Amino acid sequence: MNINVKHVAKLANLPLTSEEEEKYSEQLSKILEYVDQLDSVDTSNVEPTFNVSGSFNKTSTVSSVEPFRTDETSASLSQEEALSNVPKKENGLPAGQAGFFVTKGIFNEERG
Amino acid sequence: MDITQLTLTQTIKALESKEFSLEELNKAYLERIKKYNPQLNAYLFVNSGNKKIPAAIKDVISTKGIPTTASSKVLEGYIPPYDATVIDKLTGQGVGVIGKTNNDEFAMGSSNENSAYGVVKNPWNLNKVPGGSSGGSAVAVASDLCVFALGSDAGGSIRQPASLCGIVGFKPTYGTVSRYGLIAMASSLDQIGPMTKSVEDAALVLEWISGADGMDSNCIGGNRGIGEMGEIKGIRVGIPKEYFSEGLDPKVKKVIKDAIKKLGELGAEIVEVSLPHSKYAVEVYYIIMSSEVSSNLARFEGIRYGLDRSKFGEEVKRRIMLGTYTLSSGYYDEYYAKAAKVRTLIKGDFEKAFDPSTGSGVDVIVGPVSPTTAWNLGEKVDDPLKMYLSDIYTISANLAGIPGLSVPCGFAAAPDGARLPVGLQILGKHWDEKTILRVGYAYEQATDWRKEKPKL
Repeated sequence: MNINVKHVAKLANLPLTSEEEEKYSEQLSKILEYVDQLDSVDTSNVEPTFNVSGSFNKTSTVSSVEPFRTDETSASLSQEEALSNVPKKENGLPAGQAGFFVTKGIFNEERG
Repeated sequence: MDITQLTLTQTIKALESKEFSLEELNKAYLERIKKYNPQLNAYLFVNSGNKKIPAAIKDVISTKGIPTTASSKVLEGYIPPYDATVIDKLTGQGVGVIGKTNNDEFAMGSSNENSAYGVVKNPWNLNKVPGGSSGGSAVAVASDLCVFALGSDAGGSIRQPASLCGIVGFKPTYGTVSRYGLIAMASSLDQIGPMTKSVEDAALVLEWISGADGMDSNCIGGNRGIGEMGEIKGIRVGIPKEYFSEGLDPKVKKVIKDAIKKLGELGAEIVEVSLPHSKYAVEVYYIIMSSEVSSNLARFEGIRYGLDRSKFGEEVKRRIMLGTYTLSSGYYDEYYAKAAKVRTLIKGDFEKAFDPSTGSGVDVIVGPVSPTTAWNLGEKVDDPLKMYLSDIYTISANLAGIPGLSVPCGFAAAPDGARLPVGLQILGKHWDEKTILRVGYAYEQATDWRKEKPKL
């Protein structure tokens, strides 16, 4: 099996070195070959399971449970706390001191 | 008396009767940490100012004002501005964080060798892995460097290191404990649970940390009460034949068979059951887990906190890549949807075994936690598939959402002759922690395995 590792790395926003690309290409192919054993299982009349808590399942024995909370505002992190871990700018004050996150421009990103 | 050898339950009693103070307790543990942590590397951060009952917390659980790295370079220097719900709940019980324990980066691994901050060593033999991903927590408990610890378990990360280090580890039913503040790995599988010196301690800690908080919508389990620990006469114990076939080390098998015999002597009825789809558990798990990993770890972009994505370790990148691929356009049905369907079959195997009307009607299912004892450091690092297969007996419980306990059940010789601990896995029905704990407690009380400590 051949995986387009460059494409997958781009989708995953993962910067990989060319050595890593080569290694992952080989390892992921091996892993995918292994998981292909699932093809032998007949699942033609089987529903998928995405969640096992029963919170979205009306037939659950814990039927009184409502997965959605009421839409009310409540206390949260202060601006200072929310910005307490922002990365420091290369030459200067921590970006958080101005009350903002700092991020790279995204508008001219190369299309791929 | 060495107060660091006491269980949590014994420690609480001793504190109540003023045999020693919290100050003395913390001092004793801090001294031990200072003496033994350099060789074990169980702790990434030690909170020497702790004034409460000292618990060790896996470093994927957020602790306000205390560094939390998930053993990753991506979160180097990160200090959470809030406590996880489990930490709030422990604080309310007089428990404090004595330190943050090492683990596989973002809880991804089975040997603790994927930490960005160095490997953790097994206290029974320093050449061996402690298991993972909650390896630091397991070692901290096994070496008496804390009264108890918290771990997290998406595929065996509490039970497997507990087994390999000879302590008690408990993964509750999915939805029992809130994950608010747990750094997410695989959201349909992750649960937080206790790692302790006794089954009684595990029951107590579980009572403390369980219950909905409104912050984790899958956490719907209130405190269901652990119930009386008592005898196990008449309890039906299922033995899955698939867990005893090829791949299980014969020496481990012997220890597990002896433990089952003991349960029979205690009055349990031993019944053979079949979990025919368990042989697909590893495949299903690696698709579902990696898919969820790729989504959960998208949040780390180095803008709001943490460093950039080039700082992820090898295994984390591998899983992000695998999950991105299996969720990508054109492959979703072939991989993720297919795995979710086989997951239904795996879950169905357990339902059938537990259901008296359609199957064997057992109360618990018992078998090995890990196919081998602790292996050598470095032995499996170059072969991800081999490493993944070491989780074969623990993964199914996460896929089905059921609870599972690892309780020490003896020692077996590794290929090099080293004498290493073995854990007995006890799986139960959804929300039936009570019966698992009862069986685990009865077994523990009837044996002396837990009393043996590693010699450091």
